[in-house]
Amino acid sequence: MQENAQGALSANVIPNPGKNNKTVWKRMLQNWELYLFIAPAFLYFLIFHYGPMYGIQIAFKNFIPTKGIWGSPWVGFDHFTRFFESYYFWDLLWNTLSISLYELAVGFPLPIILALAFNEVKDGFFKRSVQTITYAPHFISVVVMAGIIITFLSPSTGIINHIIQFLGFDPVNFLTEPAWFKTLYVLSGVWQGTGWGTIIYLAALSGVDPQLHEAAIVDGASRFKRILHINIPAITPTITILLILNMGSILGVGFEKILLLQNSLNMGASDVISTFVYRSGLVDAQYSFSTAVGLFNSVVNAILLITVNQIARRTGNSLW
Amino acid sequence: MAAVAVKESRGDKIFVILNYIYLSIALLIVLYPVLYIISASISDPKYVNSGEMWLLPKGITFEGYVRVFENSKIWSGYGNTILYTTVGTLVNLFVTLPAAYSLSRSDFVGRGFFMGMFMVTMFFGGGLVPGYLLVKNLGMINSMWALILPGAASVWNIIVARTFFQSTIPKELQEAAHIDGCTNMRLFIKIVLPLSAPIIAVMALFYGVGHWNSYFSALIYLNEESKYPLQMILRQILVLQEMSAETTGAAINASVASALNNKADAASLLKYAVIIVSTLPVVAVYPFLQRYFVQGVMIGSVKG
Repeated sequence: MQENAQGALSANVIPNPGKNNKTVWKRMLQNWELYLFIAPAFLYFLIFHYGPMYGIQIAFKNFIPTKGIWGSPWVGFDHFTRFFESYYFWDLLWNTLSISLYELAVGFPLPIILALAFNEVKDGFFKRSVQTITYAPHFISVVVMAGIIITFLSPSTGIINHIIQFLGFDPVNFLTEPAWFKTLYVLSGVWQGTGWGTIIYLAALSGVDPQLHEAAIVDGASRFKRILHINIPAITPTITILLILNMGSILGVGFEKILLLQNSLNMGASDVISTFVYRSGLVDAQYSFSTAVGLFNSVVNAILLITVNQIARRTGNSLW
Repeated sequence: MAAVAVKESRGDKIFVILNYIYLSIALLIVLYPVLYIISASISDPKYVNSGEMWLLPKGITFEGYVRVFENSKIWSGYGNTILYTTVGTLVNLFVTLPAAYSLSRSDFVGRGFFMGMFMVTMFFGGGLVPGYLLVKNLGMINSMWALILPGAASVWNIIVARTFFQSTIPKELQEAAHIDGCTNMRLFIKIVLPLSAPIIAVMALFYGVGHWNSYFSALIYLNEESKYPLQMILRQILVLQEMSAETTGAAINASVASALNNKADAASLLKYAVIIVSTLPVVAVYPFLQRYFVQGVMIGSVKG
């Protein structure tokens, strides 16, 4: 943005509006290849992101494939009222919100704590190995992750239940017990993502001026106090921005993993808005209805993101 | 922290020790499941399923790997995934790098517009069903392109690459090249790209891992098993079969349970080996390329 303004300034040396326009044209012509460079990306976003936005109108229509998106008849907010009045609406909303907030409450602070701990260790073999190993689960695919969860938690053959039985308790069928579903989802996410999540905080911590620490040491501050008063304030902007981004996707929980772990018995706790959209839209082919549900989801997300950003703006750490 | 010659206090020493203990626990929590899977893949399923094998391999057998290599579905899935990952990543680079370079140029008229147009899609989109209908209308159902084109670029990666170009390609270089009569095309291909090996590596890795691990587009767009990527085959082996065993296994008598157990023995042989075989390529290259991955995240975090 800033450089853009500078560019405009340098084109403005001669205070003549006509001349100015000419130089803009000249610059555009001179750099015509840059438009060629951006053309594939421009077309991609136009077709595959703005194209579906055009298709959103079927949320207010009764989509009939033979008539197409444009030709289908309007029905107004019928699909929305049907969704809001359905018996599953509150369950879906509750599952979606509770999984997200649970994940945020448990999964958000852990990478911060781990990053602060990494930062206290001198560079060396130990630090490098712990980092490499804790980052690695990030690369495990969601299918394999679901497979691991199912295998480890099997009531008859899984290692977790062998340990539970060894300790003298009854085996638990974690995957068919709705009460366990959210915990499974959140803890497996913690296992997979905490290490990788530290990177961004470590980057922020590496920018802390060592003189601050030296001065604090001279003043007799303990390591713990220095973390509290130097390191944590240094990463607060990063924390805020990540929190905003997380809030913006609060209704967009990791639906690929949920879809894989869902079964008829845990459905009461595992059905979220996005899996519902998938089922009603692509499995049952209720195109218009599921588009309406999906639109409700995206609108709430966008509103949340903007609201949280407005709040963060007061603290001076906003996203835009 | 820094080499300050002040003696550490008692409290600090305890703190450092606690910190090491904490990190060691974190290490064990991450490492244990991984070691267990490796051991289980070369152990007799009898010991694995009964819980006698809990850390080190017991009754070593490579039967699981033999079954993986005999399984034609896994082979075809592997082949498909390699094809989709290669073509997909090349498309991603072709779309991302030139666009990112254009956006990095301060003399590019309209870059605010393009940037804004791309950024909007990070926060708002058409959703699953309109996206599906579009792919269907474009006639890409059951073709490789349905997995590649709808994800041809990510805004995040474009921003990362743009930030890299902005901070590493000096403006003077571009001006000098222009004075020498070098076109933008030549400048990009002959000068900018050769200077940008690290960002090309980062982009190829981010996109490549994404393709390797994705299953959902294949689930909704492909309907022939011969076209399935590896993750879809894994879904059948690791999730669908297991899940049906778990849910039906909830209420059955003992004799059926033992029959199921025999089946479970056979299945678990394949299960652990297939996890290793499918994840190995990514996890094996990762420690060597970790630097690049980390760099990618850090560049992105400078200005999101």
